[in-house]
Amino acid sequence: MSETTDLIRDMAEKLFGDACEKSVLAAAENGQFQTGLWQEITDAGLAGALLPESAGGSDLAIEDALAALRISASRAAPVPLAETMLAGWLASSSLAVPEGPLTIAPASNGAPLTLKKSTSGWRLDGVAKRVPFARNAAAILVLAEADGANMVARVDPKICALTHGRNLAMEPRDDVTFACDLGAGDVAPASNHVNAETLRAFGAAMRANQIAGALSRALEITLQYANERVQFGKPIAKFQAIQHNLAMLAAHSAAANAAADMAAEAAANDMNLLPIAAAKARCGEAASVGAGIAHQTHGAIGFTREHMLHYFTKRLWSWRDEFGKESDWSLIIGRAAAKAGPKKLWSDIVTA
Amino acid sequence: MTQLTFAPPPPNTEATETLRAEVRAFLDVELAHMTPRQRAQSWSGRDPAFSKKMAERGWLGMTWPKKYGGHERSALERYVVLEEMLAAGAPVGAHWIADRQSAPSILRFGTEEQKQFFVPKIARGDLFFCIGMSEPDSGSDLAATRTRATAVEGGFKVNGTKVWTSGAHVAHYMILFCRTDAKSDDRHGGVSQFIVDMKTPGIKISPIYDLSHEHHFNEVVFEDMFLPTSALLGNQGDGWKQVTGELAYERSGPDRFLSTFTLLIEGFAMLGENVDDRAKIALGRIVAHLMTLRRMSRSIAGMLQRGEDPAVHAAIVKELGTSLEQEMVEVLRLIVDAEPDGGADNPYVAVLAHTIMHAPSFSLRGGTREILRGMIARGLGLR
Ligand SMILES: Cc1cc2nc3c(=O)[nH]c(=O)nc-3n(C[C@H](O)[C@H](O)[C@H](O)COP(=O)(O)OP(=O)(O)OC[C@H]3O[C@@H](n4cnc5c(N)ncnc54)[C@H](O)[C@@H]3O)c2cc1C
Repeated sequence: MSETTDLIRDMAEKLFGDACEKSVLAAAENGQFQTGLWQEITDAGLAGALLPESAGGSDLAIEDALAALRISASRAAPVPLAETMLAGWLASSSLAVPEGPLTIAPASNGAPLTLKKSTSGWRLDGVAKRVPFARNAAAILVLAEADGANMVARVDPKICALTHGRNLAMEPRDDVTFACDLGAGDVAPASNHVNAETLRAFGAAMRANQIAGALSRALEITLQYANERVQFGKPIAKFQAIQHNLAMLAAHSAAANAAADMAAEAAANDMNLLPIAAAKARCGEAASVGAGIAHQTHGAIGFTREHMLHYFTKRLWSWRDEFGKESDWSLIIGRAAAKAGPKKLWSDIVTA
Repeated sequence: MTQLTFAPPPPNTEATETLRAEVRAFLDVELAHMTPRQRAQSWSGRDPAFSKKMAERGWLGMTWPKKYGGHERSALERYVVLEEMLAAGAPVGAHWIADRQSAPSILRFGTEEQKQFFVPKIARGDLFFCIGMSEPDSGSDLAATRTRATAVEGGFKVNGTKVWTSGAHVAHYMILFCRTDAKSDDRHGGVSQFIVDMKTPGIKISPIYDLSHEHHFNEVVFEDMFLPTSALLGNQGDGWKQVTGELAYERSGPDRFLSTFTLLIEGFAMLGENVDDRAKIALGRIVAHLMTLRRMSRSIAGMLQRGEDPAVHAAIVKELGTSLEQEMVEVLRLIVDAEPDGGADNPYVAVLAHTIMHAPSFSLRGGTREILRGMIARGLGLR
């Protein structure tokens, strides 16, 4: 691990640890965008993590950006950090992006958006479903094909029709209807490595890292509770049944974190698809098992609005579905394996 | 945070990938005659001639000092050989225990004389070992061992019974775990390990057939067996500390999630090219688990390389790995239309039968699921 990596981690631990108080999480659930927190994230250079320095970004290594993202998720930071990082990666040096939170489209499967040259510039049409934080974004970075080429468009959400929606953690997930005339300077060819597949894969790598962070915290909270809660005259952590459940929670959390590391490496390595697919599938499963054990261990208190646990479990339940759920990514792995045939299965696992 | 994290594994190098290519070329030739049903035995399948050939290639004792016949290669290079062997279903069972845990224990705790006598022979594929831990009344509760070595003139006299001793009937030596001193307040005190020549007078080995009617494990009875003092491994009374170190080696490797890999390949082959999406999802999910486990297990190879203690990490990998192996059987059953039959010509059907009947042992041998979960809980500070 490099020195920069350590510095970024320490900085992120401090920033999110201090800033993500319960009041902040609660206010975000009530629909208030957390401008103060976002300003701190911007000042720390994390919002521009994947933008080149020439574009005012901090041009972090992908692994470092994802490490900071994982830490933000371990505090349930209720902001579009993943989306802003993705938008920076999409825009790269070809499009300038405005200050403020950003998001990307498409963020989920659906009919493709159509982008065509017009007399004054470009015309963008179509509907992008469940775009994260669209209502709060200074710009939506849209990936669309025009004449067979991948293009990136910068769109102000104010010129789009938004249908508000939310995920289980009450994070905005808005359907965005584009019927926009864009200027010539609002659209640029995507960088070579950017296409619909790599965008979805990078999104999945981000969610895998967020799941790993949130699950680590859910484990932490659950261990603490089990050591404190007394029934039958002793802390429930002393019961073997509880210990075994917590052991499994820890095992799945460890697996999710290893898988998230694998996704981060693969993202940095040309967005290598199979390890990212495996990581998102594995993390999704860990999220389900882990959230279940965390709640079981907490009893009724964990089922309340007052308790912190739900800020993490609701994110786990949402993120496991976003940018492809376990079955979507497993299918991609299964397809690749079926194409290669059983004799190549092992060597493909090793090379992936 | 009270987290059990797996550091990134050491990266592949030119050396590891050259080695991998060599191993694959070797296996292409050496395993050509083996049926899937034979390969499915994984590291329970034994072939001393095959072990000898591996030794000739320098693939036994890979990380041990050259001074003792080892090859001073990295833990990751050793890992490459292990995983390639297991993925191909190579019959590595004869030397498996000696290479995995007996020689490493001797190197750690043995006298200079023991190291010089045993380790080079193990590296040459000439000596095979078995593990004498479990007894009729001492399974998970290893400290309850009743087999006793009583000090006599020039050594010890041993009486007691070991059970489930895999390969006792074909091994040359056993590392025996038994009581040497009276029980004290410390239930882990007073136990020791010995290196026992299986031809020593006073040993009686009887087969115990498993539910497949196969003979792998045994009952081993010691009746006034004399062991010279030189048979003691490590310090008298340190047996508990030593045996826990040995168990970490026993639990950390790819043998804990690749022992059913043949089933996956054959099930996949049976489905043919027209695998439907449901089956692809099920297979893809298993591969996702395997890729993650492989990363975790290679991370442990890195810990071993750095001299760290991987006991709790090993417990996590073994628990997740054996659970996946057992689940794999259930997943394949539901997506492949066939009934298991051990005698069938169809390779999948035969491998399925084999795997169903061996799957219960995966979460017993080498420490039960419940014991491993207890170890993880201890690692979390709960016990
Ligand atoms: C195929 C195979 C090969 C083997 N080879 C060898 C070998 O070569 N050498 C050798 O020494 N041994 C060998 N063993 C034995 C193996 O190590 C033991 O089976 C294992 O340690 C469990 O002991 P046991 O079978 O006596 O079960 P027990 O310890 O009696 O356990 C029975 C059940 O009770 C549970 N249990 C026990 N204690 C607790 C507890 N404290 N908390 C919760 N649950 C508990 C166990 O998890 C298990 O589910 C082999 C076993 C198998 C199946």
